Amino acid sequence: MRKFLSGNEAFAEGIRLARPQVISAYPITPQTIVVECLSEMVEDGSLSAEYVHVESEHSAMSCAIGASAAGARAFTATSSQGLLYMAECLYYASGGRFPIVMMNADRSTALPWNIYGDQRDSLSQLDSGGIQAYAENAQEALDLALMSYKIAENKKVSTPYMANLDGFVLTHTYETVDIPEREQADRFLPPYETENRIDLENPRNMAFSAGPDTNYIFKYKEHEGVLAAREVITETEKEFAEIFGRKYTGLIENYRTDDADYIIVTLGSIAGLCRETADKLREQGIKGGVVRIRYMRPFPNEEIAASLRNVKAYAVLEKDISFGNEGTVFTNVNSALKKAGVNVNGYNYIGGLGGRNISASDIEKIYRDIANGTESVNFIGIGGEDIG
Amino acid sequence: MANKTAESISRDEYFYGHKACAGCGGSLAVRAALKVLGQNAVSVLPAGCMSAVGFNFPQLCFSNNSIISTFAGTASMLTGVEAGLRARGYKDFTAVGFAGDGGTADIGIQALSGAIDRNDNIIYICYDNEAYMNTGIQKSGLTPFGAKTTTTPAGANIHGNIRPKKNMFEIAAAHDIPYAATASVGYLPDFIAKVQKASKIEGTKYIHVIAPCPTGWGVAPDETVEIAKEVVDCGLWYLAEYEDGEFRLNHNPKEFTSVEAYLKKQGRFRHLTDDDIQIITASRDKKWEHIEKTFQL
Amino acid sequence: MRPYVREKKSFTFDEVPENTSFEAGYLTTVNSGWRSIRPVIDAAKCVGCEQCYLYCPDGVISIKDDKAAIDYDFCKGCGICAKICRIGAIGMEAERK
Repeated sequence: MRKFLSGNEAFAEGIRLARPQVISAYPITPQTIVVECLSEMVEDGSLSAEYVHVESEHSAMSCAIGASAAGARAFTATSSQGLLYMAECLYYASGGRFPIVMMNADRSTALPWNIYGDQRDSLSQLDSGGIQAYAENAQEALDLALMSYKIAENKKVSTPYMANLDGFVLTHTYETVDIPEREQADRFLPPYETENRIDLENPRNMAFSAGPDTNYIFKYKEHEGVLAAREVITETEKEFAEIFGRKYTGLIENYRTDDADYIIVTLGSIAGLCRETADKLREQGIKGGVVRIRYMRPFPNEEIAASLRNVKAYAVLEKDISFGNEGTVFTNVNSALKKAGVNVNGYNYIGGLGGRNISASDIEKIYRDIANGTESVNFIGIGGEDIG
Repeated sequence: MANKTAESISRDEYFYGHKACAGCGGSLAVRAALKVLGQNAVSVLPAGCMSAVGFNFPQLCFSNNSIISTFAGTASMLTGVEAGLRARGYKDFTAVGFAGDGGTADIGIQALSGAIDRNDNIIYICYDNEAYMNTGIQKSGLTPFGAKTTTTPAGANIHGNIRPKKNMFEIAAAHDIPYAATASVGYLPDFIAKVQKASKIEGTKYIHVIAPCPTGWGVAPDETVEIAKEVVDCGLWYLAEYEDGEFRLNHNPKEFTSVEAYLKKQGRFRHLTDDDIQIITASRDKKWEHIEKTFQL
Repeated sequence: MRPYVREKKSFTFDEVPENTSFEAGYLTTVNSGWRSIRPVIDAAKCVGCEQCYLYCPDGVISIKDDKAAIDYDFCKGCGICAKICRIGAIGMEAERK
């Protein structure tokens, strides 16, 4: 069925198909529409779930952990300050290996207050454990919602999954979206089965302490779980394509990278404009390409190194800055290249903070600047001619 | 010789082999409550004394399903556990939380208020030892006036904690909770009866049980039960219930024992002056005036 | 029924669970070493009223043949039982080292 939906609505449709049993969420702009949609679905009976009106984001994830520990499929959603308030529980869910799915509407973090999109909220939580995906459009958002549980609940993975949608640009923008049939979705995603749960017949003690003698082993296994998602994401996308006919490309999506001289590595909804710009520049003889990172965790080390191996220069364009250093995505990309022995010129472009527009000409300038060499870390709109 | 209370609860031990200090009142409260609720109790304990002493892999001291929550998240995890088990079709279980005074009245009060507001079908038991004992006796919102803690030192200028205890019982009642009660491990049959009652009521239940910490209170380990009885007998604590919108006093001492004697037995109060004791006694009397008025004695 | 001490006390890499979930009531150590004094039941005096059983924070007292019996593996010697016993059937004695 095809419908004209916003990113939030599309994600909610995906969650309805995934049949979560417990939903706990607290409203925050620009996430609200997801939880409003889900509450309507529970009300009209099209989604059979316990909808818990928690009093904070911390409780939203704490409740989801409790539900997951009870063996139920759990969902929550948040954004920005809410994600940061929830942060303790993100680590908790990951350490407990609870495959909770959450949607995060990527939004700027205070101060100054700002409700618009950047990725400083979710990227600050890369170390919290779990999987982090970034959608580009509403269709991908819906499909990630459905795939997320299958990936997270895989026994080898068993880890939480955070699906990120750019605030407003994606959450509130309408597109035509294909909604899979219920019967197909059920065939794709079986009910959640786990041994990591409260068991009234054979009681368990859960979420315990572990001293220095075993703690590192639990942590190592947690790491292995996130790494295992690499293969599981590929398998899941293959199965998804067989049932639903839509193909995804794993941890990254390459666009005209095979013969590219200059590549922009980015994530989220800005990738579309990067591709258009690359096309335009190719008409002018500049061979541009785009790598869109779909998963920040597990991180696509080998994939990125393979795509950038033969370029003359690359830029990482991100809506993030780790103050006092550089953008976190840039740090991660550079690490991938270093490990793979790839030594090409790379530049960091920080843009879109607090929802500031990144224009086609900004992107075109990136391609041109990196061809000539520029500063290591550049802020779009600050310095040079672009102030405004 | 039959003991009616002992006959009314499980012979099984659900909290055993734990590493709580000798004479720990909190562990007695947890043990007794689980013997009421039995095998199908699912307990949630936040970071704090009872989780620290009971859950060190591979030494796991609960024989029922038990899980540690975040410090602030006792009530919200209880909500999730209850909703999750219900969503999976289970009916015959009791989700019960055991949080200390700090975990309840300070960091966990928001989640607790949320759970009561939703009327989630859970039992929340606050074992109140009147300070952050697990971290080394720091003041909490339930530390009584005058108590010396490691963050409210008793010196020449300030004589320990300068604020009275938060009234968590009436805070819970103010949510119009189906059932709330106060108790003391010094009156164990009363506490046990209240847990039994709570287990039969739908919706949120809150039980606030005084559970002395010999280490933090500065009493001998064998004095836990006596001092928990004496705090009731001298009128600084009381045994009450809130049900169907009504307050009820379960134990109305004809005359109070000495507040001074109660205080002077404990290391944490030993510095108090006569004036301090006078303030505490006066606040007790004022409290009982309030009780008489509110509870319509 | 109560948690009890298991044979297996240490865990290799492979044996450590994949998640923080394990069999409930799994004990590997006892608490007897904590005691400096131990409660001793005078069976002649004990009437099996079970007050000590009720008030023991560690749950180490059970009633066998109408008399209190103590699990010394887990008794910490707090002395609450001796204090609660109205007929003086429990004495506290120095722990033999």
